[in-house]
Amino acid sequence: MKKTICMIPLYVWTLVFILVPLAIVIYYAFISDPHGDASFSLDGFRDFFSNPVFAEVLLRSLKIAFISTLVCILLGYPAAYFLARSKSRFKFVVIILMLLPMWINFLIRTYSWLSLLEKTGLISTLLTYMGFGPVDFTGTEFAVILVSVYDFLPFMIMPIYITLLKLDQSHLDAAADLGANPAKVFFKITLPFSVPGILSGVAMVFVPSVTTFAISQTVGNGKFPLIGDLIQEQYMVVSNWQFGGAISIVTMAVVLLLMYFINRTDSDENGGGILQ
Amino acid sequence: MGNNKNRILELSGIYKNFDGLGILNGIDLYIRENEFLTLLGSSGCGKTTLLRIIGGFLQPDEGSVFYKGECINDVPPHKRNINTVFQKYALFPKLTVGQNIAFGPKLKKWDKKKIRESVDEMLRLVNLEGFRDRDVTTLSGGQQQRVAVARALINKPDILLLDEPLGALDLKLRKEMQIELKRIQQESGITFVYVTHDQEEALTMSDTIVVLDAGRIQQIGTPQDIYNEPKNAFVADFIGDSNILAATMKHDLCVNFLGYDFECIDRDFGENAPVDVVLRPEDIILGAPSKNENKPCGVVTSSIFKGVHYEMRIDVDGETIIAQSTVNSEPGKTVSIDIIPENIQVMHKCEHSPDVKKKKAEENAEFKLEAAN
Repeated sequence: MKKTICMIPLYVWTLVFILVPLAIVIYYAFISDPHGDASFSLDGFRDFFSNPVFAEVLLRSLKIAFISTLVCILLGYPAAYFLARSKSRFKFVVIILMLLPMWINFLIRTYSWLSLLEKTGLISTLLTYMGFGPVDFTGTEFAVILVSVYDFLPFMIMPIYITLLKLDQSHLDAAADLGANPAKVFFKITLPFSVPGILSGVAMVFVPSVTTFAISQTVGNGKFPLIGDLIQEQYMVVSNWQFGGAISIVTMAVVLLLMYFINRTDSDENGGGILQ
Repeated sequence: MGNNKNRILELSGIYKNFDGLGILNGIDLYIRENEFLTLLGSSGCGKTTLLRIIGGFLQPDEGSVFYKGECINDVPPHKRNINTVFQKYALFPKLTVGQNIAFGPKLKKWDKKKIRESVDEMLRLVNLEGFRDRDVTTLSGGQQQRVAVARALINKPDILLLDEPLGALDLKLRKEMQIELKRIQQESGITFVYVTHDQEEALTMSDTIVVLDAGRIQQIGTPQDIYNEPKNAFVADFIGDSNILAATMKHDLCVNFLGYDFECIDRDFGENAPVDVVLRPEDIILGAPSKNENKPCGVVTSSIFKGVHYEMRIDVDGETIIAQSTVNSEPGKTVSIDIIPENIQVMHKCEHSPDVKKKKAEENAEFKLEAAN
C-alpha cells in the first residue's frame, strides 16, 4: 500500500512528460488539416517514404551517430577503466573535471566549438601561424562527429565506470591464478563483465546523437541536415505537424528496433557464457 | 638450504610493508611435498599476505620465494604451477559448474575430450556428480566451496593455496568439509597450504602448523608439538585453553610456580631463571587437600558443565586456574592441585608472558594518568 503511494509521483511524471507528449505527436502524425475537418490520414508517412532524400537523411543520422558512439566507446572505455582501477586521491578531481562541461548548456558548448573550428577560429589561426592555414573545419562530417563525441562522451564513461567499480578483484585474481595472462583476464572477465555498462552507454549516446539537431546546424554549417534538423524544421519552421510527427515516429521505430537487437545480442552472450 | 629434494617451496627472509606498516617481518619457511601445511594466526597476523606472495599476487619487499630451488619472485601468477581457493571462492557467476572447472584447462588448450573427462573426474572427487550444468549462483556455500576446490585442482598444481576456505560455512558443514578437504589432499597427493584463524581446524587437518603473530613465525611443528609443547606464551594462549603462569626454573628438572616446587622434564634453562609454564586444563589433577602432601590448594569459584567434562575455575592465592575433569567439584570446595612432570611445559619468557603483559598494561595506565595530569 505504502509502496503504491510512493510510486504515484513517478506515474504522474511519466504520464505528464512522456505519455501525453507522445500521444500528441502520434495524434498529429495521423491527422490531416488539424484546423479543418481533422480527418485520419497517412499522408505524412507517404511523403516520407515517397522521397528518397528523407531516408538518406535518416541513414546519414544513423551513420554519424554510429561512428560517434563507436569513438565514444573507444575513448570512454579506457578512461572508465583507469578511473575505476585507480586508487589515486586525484581520481575524483578527474571525474569532476570530466563532468564539469555537462553543467554548461548543451547549445553553449556546441557554439563554443564553432569558435574553435571555423576559418577565423582558434585552431585555424594557430595553423596559419605555423604555415598550414587557414583551414575551415566547419561544414564537415568530421566536425559534426567531433562535437557529438565531445558532447556525449561523459554519458559513455559514467555507466562503464560505475559497472567496472563493481568488478570483484578476486575474479581477476582467480582468472590469473588459473593461467590467464593479463590480456586474457581482460577479454574473458573484465570486458564481458562491463557489457551492461557499455550498453547503457550506447543507449545514452546513440539515441540522443541520432536525433541531435543543434550540432549539424552550427559546426555542420547546415550542410548535413540530420533527421533531428528535419523534425525541428517541420515543427518550428514549416509548421507541418503531420509530417514532423511521421518522421518522429519512423525515427523512433528504427532506434527502438536497433536498441532491441543490441540488447538481444547481449542476453545471447550471457546465456552462452563468457567462454564461447 | 636447497639440498633437500623434498622441499617444494622455500621462503627466505620475506619482508612486506603496507603504508609503512610491517605486515611480514622476516619469514623463513620451507614446505615439503605432499604436506598439509597450515598458516595459523589471528586476523592481521600476515597469513593471507604470505599466501598472496606464494601465489604471486604480491611481491615481497625483501626476501625470495624458491620453487623447487628456483627463485620465482618475478614469475606472475598465471605462470606459476600453484592454484588458489579464494576466501569467497571467486567463482565466475556467468559460467556453469562445469565451465568454471574447465576454465584453467581451456586456457591451456587441453584436448576437448580430456577436459570433459577431467571435469567429470573432479566432480567425482568433490562429490558433485550431476552438477556439471548447474548455475554456480544456485549452489549452497558448501557446494560452491567444492567447485572452487575442483576448479583449482583440475590444473594439477604442485601446490594448492587455500585462504580461509571454510570461513563462510556454518559449524556443522565446516566440520564435514575439514574431513573432506583432508581426504581430497590425501587422495590427490598435492601439497596444501591452508590459511586459517581457527586453531581447532588447524589441529584437525594439518601435518605441519605454522603459528604467526605480527608478521613473525612463533612456532613451526606438528599439531601435537604445537599443542603439547608450545614454544611461548602466545602459542600456548592461541592454541586451546591453557593456564599460563609465571614461574622460576630452580634448576634442571625442577620448576617453581604457585609457590611450590614441581618436578618437570625440562632442562637447560639455567638456575633460578624466570620462565613461563603452560598447564592444559585437562591435565590438572584435582584432589582432596591433605596436610602430608606439599601441593598448592585453592577454592573452586565456578563450575560449568560442558558436555563431556566440567570446567572449573580455582582460585589459588589470587591466581585463577582453569581445570577440566569428568568429576565435578562444587563451588566453595577447597581442592589440591597436582600435575605430572610430563604435562608441565616450560617456556622462555616473551612479550606475551602474563607478567610482562601486566607490567606493560600498568605502565600504559601510569603514562595515561601522567598525560591526564
